[in-house]
Order: sequence, then C-alpha cells, then structure tokens
Amino acid sequence: MSDRIVILGGGTGGTLTANRLRKALPADAEITVVDENDQHVYQPGLLFVPFGLAHPEDIVRPRGRQLHRGINYHHVGIARVDIDAQEVHLADATVLPYDLLVVATGSRLVPEETEGLLGPGWMERVFTFYDLPGATALAGALARFERGRLVVNVVDMPIKCPVAPLEFCFLADWYFHEVGVRDEVTITYVTPLDAAFTKPTAARTLGGMLEDRNIELVTEFNTGEVDGEGGKLVGYDGREVPFDIAVVIPAHSGAAYVADSPGLGDDLDFVLADEHTLQAHVRPNIFVIGDAASLPVSKAGSVTHFEGEVLVENILRFLRGEPLDAAYDGHANCFIETGFHKAMLIDFNYDQEPVAGHFPGPVGMPLLKESRLNHLGKLMFQWFYWHALLPGRDIPGVGPDMPTAGKDIAPAAQGG
Amino acid sequence: MPTATISGVAVDVNDEGFFEQPDQWTEDMARELAAQEGIAELTDKHWQVIRFMRQEFAEKGTGPTVRVLGKTSGVTVKELYELFPKGPAKMAAKIAGIPKPRGCI
Repeated sequence: MSDRIVILGGGTGGTLTANRLRKALPADAEITVVDENDQHVYQPGLLFVPFGLAHPEDIVRPRGRQLHRGINYHHVGIARVDIDAQEVHLADATVLPYDLLVVATGSRLVPEETEGLLGPGWMERVFTFYDLPGATALAGALARFERGRLVVNVVDMPIKCPVAPLEFCFLADWYFHEVGVRDEVTITYVTPLDAAFTKPTAARTLGGMLEDRNIELVTEFNTGEVDGEGGKLVGYDGREVPFDIAVVIPAHSGAAYVADSPGLGDDLDFVLADEHTLQAHVRPNIFVIGDAASLPVSKAGSVTHFEGEVLVENILRFLRGEPLDAAYDGHANCFIETGFHKAMLIDFNYDQEPVAGHFPGPVGMPLLKESRLNHLGKLMFQWFYWHALLPGRDIPGVGPDMPTAGKDIAPAAQGG
Repeated sequence: MPTATISGVAVDVNDEGFFEQPDQWTEDMARELAAQEGIAELTDKHWQVIRFMRQEFAEKGTGPTVRVLGKTSGVTVKELYELFPKGPAKMAAKIAGIPKPRGCI
C-alpha cells in the first residue's frame, strides 16, 4: 500500500518538508499539508515592519503556492490528533488517516496568560511585533513617538528567535537617531534571563552593545502583570518598570490542537522528540520539525531549515523500515540586525556556543561582529527563503551540520 | 568538579552550588540548603514544590520553568514567589538537589 503522509502546518518546516518529500518519494505516496490559514508570513520580516523598513504585503504570500505539484493542501483548522487511531481530525469534520505524521505547526502567542496584557492600552501603548497586526500597529505608534520611555519586554522563554527582541532595541536606537529624538527617548530591555542572551560569549558581546547604545538592561525580571493604564510592568518579585510604550513579547505555547490531542504534547503543548533524529517520543511514526518541537534549540527558521534535511532523510528511512541514522546537531545560524545598516552573525549548535571567526569557513562572513556584509546577508536571505529554502533546494556551501573551520574555538572549550 | 559538604556529607555540585547527582540529596540537606538561601523553615507548601521538582527532573531530565511550575505543581506563580523569593525555578531546584534547570536556549 502506498504511504500516507500528513504534515500539520504549512509554514517554514511543513512547506520545506512537503517539497523535499515530494521529490524523494514515488508518485503514489500521498502527501497532505494542513494549515488553518493561507497566509505564509516571512517571520524575520516582522522585525522591520515597525520601523517602516518592510510593509506587510512584502512579507506575506499564499501558503498553497509555496507547495509543489502533487501535494494535497487543506486550508482548514486542526481539531485534534488521535495518535492511537493514527488520524487527524479537522475542524470541518474531515478525518485524515496517516501512516506517518509530521508536526510542523510552530508556536503560538499566548498573551492571555499574562495578567493585564490584553487589558486597557493593548494595541494603544502596549504592542507586540511578533505578529502582523501588532507589528503594523506599532509602526504607527513609533512614528508618533517623540519622547518618553520605550520598554521592550520578554515575558517568558521559550520564544521564537530569541535575538529578535535585542534586534528591536538596536533598530529602535537607530530609528530614533534618524528622526532626531534619540535624546528624548529612553530604551529599556527587560528580560527573564540573567544576561542579555542565553549563551555566555554572545551575551557579553550583546550586553556590551546595549551599553554602548545607552539601552538599559533589566535582568531576571519575571513579568507578573502589564498595567497598560498605569504604564508599568510589574514583576512577580514586586519590581516595577514604567513605560510610555511597551513592546511585549508574549509567552509562547504550541498549537492549540496539541492540548486536545492526548499524549502528543508537553505541559506547554510542544512535542517532545529525540534531539538528533526528530522522532517524537510518543510514537515512532510521528516526527517534529521547527518551533513545534520541545528541543533544547532556539525556535528559529535556520534551525528548521537545518533540521529539514535530517528529518526528510529519517522519514525516508522510517518508511523503508530502516534504522534512523541521520542526526541533527543543533545547528542554528542567526543574523542579528544591529542598526545603522549593520548586522552580526552567530552560528552554533548543541555543543558549541556562538564565538567569533568567520562563516561558513575561514573566508566568509564575520561572526559575532557587526558588519555591513552581514546586513546585506540578512536582507538577501528573504530571497533565499522563498526561492531556495521553501522549495527544498540546498544552499551551496551551507549544509545542515555546523561548520567549525573559521571559528575561534578555544581547544579547552571544544566539544563542551 | 567541586564538592560541598552538606549535613556532614560531601556532595558533587556545580560552581553555582546546584547538585550534579540528585541521588546524593536527603531531606535533611534540603533544610540546610533552604537555610543557606534564607528560608528559615520549610513549610508543607515548600515540600510540595520540592517533591514536584524532583519528580519532574526524574521524568524529564531537567527542572521545570516557573511557568510550567505554575501550570502543573498546584501552586500558583504568585505563591511560588512568596515561597522562593529569589526566583522559584532556580531556588527550588537548588534546595531540591537537582541540577540547574536548562530553562531556555
């Protein structure tokens, strides 16, 4: 019997997996992608919208059109997965039986979990740039902002793209310089972490960059309440941070249907999986890619991209009844926009924290260092995203494994 | 690897004082660790959280975050901060004798 593969989610992971599988599998294998809406957002572009550097129509395309011929596409909500019966139940009562399931539904913002966040002031002085309506509304608010306190707050980890809130701070610094009001504006970055970033070397560099730009850093702040009316964040420990505009990154959970699918997800509705093979712990015929997974990696497009090749290889092995031997190493690669037409690049994996050097080899883009080349790289990446990454083409010179040539790795730290 | 002497017993800890081997931990040690963290007496609520932390670690290989604690331990996040004022996830992990939570990446 031919294989029935159902892929939940038509974003980065779902699309590239479907396209790669279509090329690799015989024509009688059925591949079906499900997504609740038909808007594929180029999420790295959301960062630029509040500053007028990108417009919503530039970063959204129809999901169906990113999928190759021969892939079925359901544009409907997912109600639940029955992992015992091996069926996906859709919101329109359609039932999709599967032999192999790929969970690629990413993460969702849960602002309702934070007291006051959706209360008075939401989308007036309290915003997020993590979705399109928020980023668009924030553009208007920043354009009118001439003096006062701008606070950028990460409520809780994990979040998508952990560097994006820092990039927002750097771009805000640049933006207010450009419009000539930087001296009238204070920028404060409020994080639950004990430093500017999770990894020590990069945290030192990024912390120094905040200081250089006169951006205040408040650490170990666990947001208990966002008081839009009073204009303050209140921490569980009683600390308060006043604001005129708050840019809040809400807590994230997995997709809602995961909670309604017994056994599928963890306490936050992310799906536990083997960190190397990407096979779900709960069933051998379920695999996970991207933000939907509960793995010790950043929730980022680059992670999803690097996971993709490994995932497809393991799915093919699974369908042939062979042992899974393709191994994802935790590779992540992030451009960090730092303002003034420059950007930094970091490249790391499960074992190796981001360090200085060059990527992908000794001659390449500088790592952990601001440069114009990295900024151009970041801008160019959008083209690669639609034309190489989603269609499932390999990018020459950039494989899934993290390269070590070109990196300044201290011998003692290697393999740490 | 550094060691610390707690309740008269040498145990393996990391450089921040988190246990490396949860099976070296005893309830007496929890009382001494709590005192070091400024908690004079461990109440039933404290013990509820401590046992939950150990159970979570045994099942998942890492201590829970504050948000997960609030959703699953039966103690609200507000109460957790009253019980462990310096940050429930880290402080309770230290007293419960489990490694520092991986938290976020």
